[in-house]
Parts: sequence; structure tokens; C-alpha cells
Amino acid sequence: MKILVAVKRVIDYNVQVRVKEDNTGVVTDNVKMSTNPPDDNAIEEAVKIKEAGKATEVIAVSIGEEKAQETVRKALAVGADRGILVKAEGIIEPLAVSKLLQKIVEKEKPDLVFMGKQAIDDDCNQTGQMLSALLNWPQATFASKIEIKDKKLEVTREIDEGLETIEINIPAIVTCDLRLNEPRYASLPNIMKAKKKPIEQLNASDLGVDTSPRIEQIKVEEPPKRKAGIKVSSVAELVQKLKNEAKVI
Amino acid sequence: MSVLLIAEHNNKELRPFTLNAVTAASQIDGDVHAVIIGQNCDEAAKSLSELPLIKKVIHVDAPHYQNFVAENFAPVIVKLAENYSHVVCSANTFGKNLMPRIAAALDTSQISDIIKVISPDTFLRPIYAGNAFATVKSNDTKKCVTIRPTSFDPCESSGGSAVIEKAEPGEEFGHTKFIKREEIKSDRPELGTARVVISGGRGMQNGDNFKLITSIADKLNAAIGASRAAVDAGYISNDHQVGQTGKVVVPDLYIAVGISGAIQHLAGMKESKVIVAINKDGEAPIFSVADYGLEADLFEALPQFLEELNKLNTIQK
Repeated sequence: MKILVAVKRVIDYNVQVRVKEDNTGVVTDNVKMSTNPPDDNAIEEAVKIKEAGKATEVIAVSIGEEKAQETVRKALAVGADRGILVKAEGIIEPLAVSKLLQKIVEKEKPDLVFMGKQAIDDDCNQTGQMLSALLNWPQATFASKIEIKDKKLEVTREIDEGLETIEINIPAIVTCDLRLNEPRYASLPNIMKAKKKPIEQLNASDLGVDTSPRIEQIKVEEPPKRKAGIKVSSVAELVQKLKNEAKVI
Repeated sequence: MSVLLIAEHNNKELRPFTLNAVTAASQIDGDVHAVIIGQNCDEAAKSLSELPLIKKVIHVDAPHYQNFVAENFAPVIVKLAENYSHVVCSANTFGKNLMPRIAAALDTSQISDIIKVISPDTFLRPIYAGNAFATVKSNDTKKCVTIRPTSFDPCESSGGSAVIEKAEPGEEFGHTKFIKREEIKSDRPELGTARVVISGGRGMQNGDNFKLITSIADKLNAAIGASRAAVDAGYISNDHQVGQTGKVVVPDLYIAVGISGAIQHLAGMKESKVIVAINKDGEAPIFSVADYGLEADLFEALPQFLEELNKLNTIQK
């Protein structure tokens, strides 16, 4: 069984995101970039499945600028066997990403495609579901547990009301939640080894997909600032303020 | 053209956020039709028809719709979408799971999680977990939009009498089988929708000390949250995590206890209406977003807090 894992390069979750002065976007120059956190869970799960002898190959794919190669390389350092980088400039919307992934799936013929449930930059939460619709494959979103049962997967999903369990036939798409597993760190020897693993480079335009944006980003602004609060001197004062001033208790 | 709203329900009644989604839909266009898909969901369809903002209800009923499987729902909505300019639903796990399948089939670039309707094609949505707000304009002919329920008020729930039209069900998608749903039967409200949230951070020192938080949560009917640091330290399970990589919460009252206020935590709670911070480090960044800050040792402050709450005659639930 072959598992394709999609990984996205995003601003590191610990970085304070700043809006550009001209309101065209957020500052990305000289900002630490990392793998989108739930994509780390997706890679980890695929590698664990391989280690359990249930998969033969894990392929990491990323779509984006040249530097997204680092994100693919990181996936290789934690256990993916080989990588694919689809080079594309500018904003690539989830619809275009899912069309590009569809082309990769048609070429690589994986049995499973994993990715994070959402990217922490655009917060769209669309790509997995869109890919699943384009391929007409079953989808298991927000997965917190995956069990492989012959030609099926039993997946526990995190939903607003609690947990839901579904069974889906392979081939299938799974989008991963943070609770799925604990992503490992890459060891130094594995980082060295990853340098020798192959990364195939493709151009989005070669795949015959129109990636031009359908959505115009008119402006990006700072969210409204909170007005400065006050310090209270005692618990009694705090409770009194909450009761009589803020009227929230 | 009119707006098609996808109702969320449990086959008996509408889920509350459907009312917020109706409000958002009506701000896009006054002609709002609602589709309800389920099994034996006549009661819920009737409630939907009673919302004064709804002009028509389309009811699709079949056994394979009992468990809201997106693969079964999407084709029905894609077919109905021919007659509409917009398809709208809530950006909760139901809508997040479903809408992108519809958008992909319609070849539309979806706009997720809007917090404001600026015009029928232009919306405001948070990005980077609310660290920036983007104004976006859709250039697709058909627009698929999910809305953040807490950013829109619920609509009136009675007085309307829209016609209910039955529509033909679609085929069942054979590759996805529902097994079970375990709804968290907690007396406590759910973290994402609670009116009050009280969260603990690394300052709690261990899991046992969360008892101090629990007793206050009981008193305030609050959900319990935690910072990533507290989760990583193993004090509490990660379904309580508030922050960029956990849950984004917007309660009326958020109480942060022993939380320093790392960027990624602030991203998950700073839109709360009133924020209280209790921390012994007066320089902690959490105080910069707090409406009421108390510089104190939490192990002294929390028992006192409970005591003060006990003195109150009434507490809002």
C-alpha cells in the first residue's frame, strides 16, 4: 500500500503574524517557516503505518514556491521515502491545490492520501474534502484515530458534538487532527539520510491545471485592537467588576 | 438569484447554529431558501419553515441521510445549486466537512468561515487564527460560503410559514459507512460554544490542581480550556487546548489562569468579549489583552474566587 501525504509550508505557529503596511498581506520576509502542524500529524501517521508493515511507501508532496522543498525534506527526515515538489508562485487556492493533487494521485496511484485538517495560514479547511470530491473517493476529515482493516479504514473523527466513527473503503482521503498522534522529531542521522532521498520537481503549469485565483484579496488588516484593560487589586474587586460592570456572571 | 442555506439538524430538531447561518444568508440576499436533508426529519423541516427569514424549504428525506455523510449530501445540493447564486452553511464540523465537496463539484473557490457580509460577493474573514482579517471578493458565478456562527446573531425562530417542498433523494455513496457517534455527555458546555470558558496553563503545576479550575467551572457553568503548555506537560487532554492549533473560542467571559499568553494561545481566545487574567507575573503578555487583570498567586486567588462566587445571590448560566 502506498500513502501520499500532502504537506504545506506555513509561517511557524510561534511567530507573531504581522500585517504588511500596504495591507496586501502578511509579512513573510525573514520569518520562520515550518510545516503546517496537522500536516506533521499526517506524515507521522503514514510513517507509523509503514513501520507497522501495512504500507510499502510514503510519498510527501508539497505545492508552493521553491523553498517548500524544505518542508518536503523535513517529511523525508521523519520517515517519508521520497518527495514531490510542485512549484507554483503566488496564492494557490485550495481548489487549485486539490486539482494539482488530483494530477499527482492519477500519476502515483496511492491507496491513501493524508493531509492536515486545515492550514494555519489561510484557515480554509477545504483541500482534503475537495480532492476527495474530485476523485470521488470517500473522505474522513478531522481524524483522531485510524485503524487499517484489510481494504477498509476505520476512522474516529472529531466532531463538534463529540466523536464519530466511520468506515471507508480504500482508496480514501484522510485529513488529520492534532489528537491523532505525537509527531516525532527528526534525528540528526535521519536529517543527513533525508538529504539523499529523491525529490521530484514539477511545475504546476506542466500539470495542465489553471491555478489563477478566483478570489480577490482586497485587503488584509490588523484585527481591531482591544482597549487596554485594568488591573484589579483583589479577587473581591474582580468578582464585583464582573458582576456589576461587565455583567458577565 | 437567491441563496440556498443548508440546515444543520439531528433529524428531530434544528441545531441552534442554523439560526445564525440563516441570519448571515439573509444578509447576502433576502430571498433565502433552505434545504434540509435527513431521515424522518419532518419535525425539523417544520421548524425550519417557521423561521420568518426563510422563503421556501426543500426537504430531502431518505434512510441514507440519517447520519449526515457528506458524500451522500453533496450531490443533492450540487443539483439544487443550479437555481441559486450562493450556497451557505455554518463553519462548524458539519459544514466544514460538507461544503468543500460541493464547491469542488461546482468548480467554485469556497470562502470559509466569514465573520461579516460586506456585499453579496465580498466578505470579511479571519486568517492566521484571527491575527489578521482579510476582505475577499469572489469572482466565481456561484459562491460557496461558510459562516462563523458566533459572528452572527440567531434569527427569529417563529412566526414564519414557508412552503415545504419535497425533493428527490440522490443515490447512496457506497464507500463510506457510518458506524457510531459518541456525543460527549458532559454536564459542562462544549468548549467551542460555551458562554464562559476558564482555562489553566503551565502555572497550574500539575493535573491534580485543575480541580481548582473545575470547581469554578461548575459554579459558572463554564467549559474548561487549557494552554498548549499545560497540554504538552500532560496536565490535561488536548481536546481542551485553546489556541491557533487547538480550538478558537469566543465566549462572553474568558478566564485565563496561570497562562502567560503565548502568541498561539492569544490567537485562540482574544476575540472573547471579556477577558480575565490571573497570573503572578505582572509582566505576562496575557495582561495586554485582559480587560481585568489580577496579579496574584493562583493557588490563593482561585479558592478566594470560588468563595466570592458563593457569596453571590445569582449567577448567570
